[in-house]
Amino acid sequence: MSDLTTVAMTDYLVALLVLIGASFMLIGSWGLVKLPDFFTRLHAPTKASTLGIGATLIGSLIWFSVQQGSVHIHELVISIFLFLTAPVSAYMMGKAALHRHRPMITGTKNVKLAEKAARREGLKKPD
Amino acid sequence: MKRIFPMPIHSLMLTLVWLLLNGWSYGQLFLGLFLGLMIPIVAYPYVRGHTSVKKPLAMLVYLLLLLWDIVVANVDVARRILMPNKHLKPGWIAYPLSLQEDFPATVLASSISLTPGTVSVEFAEDMSCLYIHVLHLDNETSLKAFIAKRYEQPLKEIFGC
Amino acid sequence: MLNNLVGLAVLVAAFMVGVAMLFCLWRLIQGPDITDRVLALDTLYINSIALIILLGLYHGSALYYEGALLIAMLGFVSTAALAKYLLRGDIIE
Repeated sequence: MSDLTTVAMTDYLVALLVLIGASFMLIGSWGLVKLPDFFTRLHAPTKASTLGIGATLIGSLIWFSVQQGSVHIHELVISIFLFLTAPVSAYMMGKAALHRHRPMITGTKNVKLAEKAARREGLKKPD
Repeated sequence: MKRIFPMPIHSLMLTLVWLLLNGWSYGQLFLGLFLGLMIPIVAYPYVRGHTSVKKPLAMLVYLLLLLWDIVVANVDVARRILMPNKHLKPGWIAYPLSLQEDFPATVLASSISLTPGTVSVEFAEDMSCLYIHVLHLDNETSLKAFIAKRYEQPLKEIFGC
Repeated sequence: MLNNLVGLAVLVAAFMVGVAMLFCLWRLIQGPDITDRVLALDTLYINSIALIILLGLYHGSALYYEGALLIAMLGFVSTAALAKYLLRGDIIE
């Protein structure tokens, strides 16, 4: 801890980042409850949660870096990992739901495209 | 040379991640270098034939752009979640894919999933198009043009295909 | 140890993440289909990572990251395995 003003600055910054992260996570989970069908729900957690986690992790990265006086990059590994895996798990869950023919809310545009995509062959195990 | 360092960039990355996870010391550096050398030798036969990055600098610019778009995406999606459901106009689009190699197509699909209100759900069997679910579909053609200009074009340059 | 401002922010954030986890739990119980439950589990593990990081901040200990990293990896693998099971009725072929 070197300078009083920098400490106060990082305090505000860390508090802000942590709160932003938590509110994004809250909104994402609220979307999970509120949105009408599976495919719209798929958007909520995969997006809001990655930024929520990202902001929280950057907050704690700054906090520990200032506290210990050295750069503390562990947290960055977790965020990078989550940013890499979030689209993959979203893709896999979306694909599973598509081939299980989950219903979509009325008013969804181009439902025919989804039906066409769901007819894709080669998913069943070869006997 | 090729037999000792089959994937030099991967070796460097592995060593770097090892040091990030375990903190800096000469012992850890040695162990990280050892793992960075050995893992590519074991893994190389399985990943042979992947498209490689031709322009690393352009890749960095692309990643920064993507990071910015992710922030914008999050604010946008958060706003849509907080609005009542009746304003929501979800829809599907089939994005015509001109990237044919596996790895660039995967990067494109991941980018689309991470950015404003779109999730890529399925590839067509012949890789001719990518089916995308859009949380709020206003203008199909402009969205396709946006994806092509902002993501697919830079990726083509980065991977040189 | 934490000072007042950051300590308060971390407590409020932990409360918000807790509420978020309750939302996920509701979706996990409610269903209606198993894909929704997998999605709820996925969100639940991401929220729990955030909770562990906040706990680490609160106690001023950097040791909790190992736990967060483990949850991140296991969570992704289990989501992928569950989705693949739903898709093909099998995980390892």
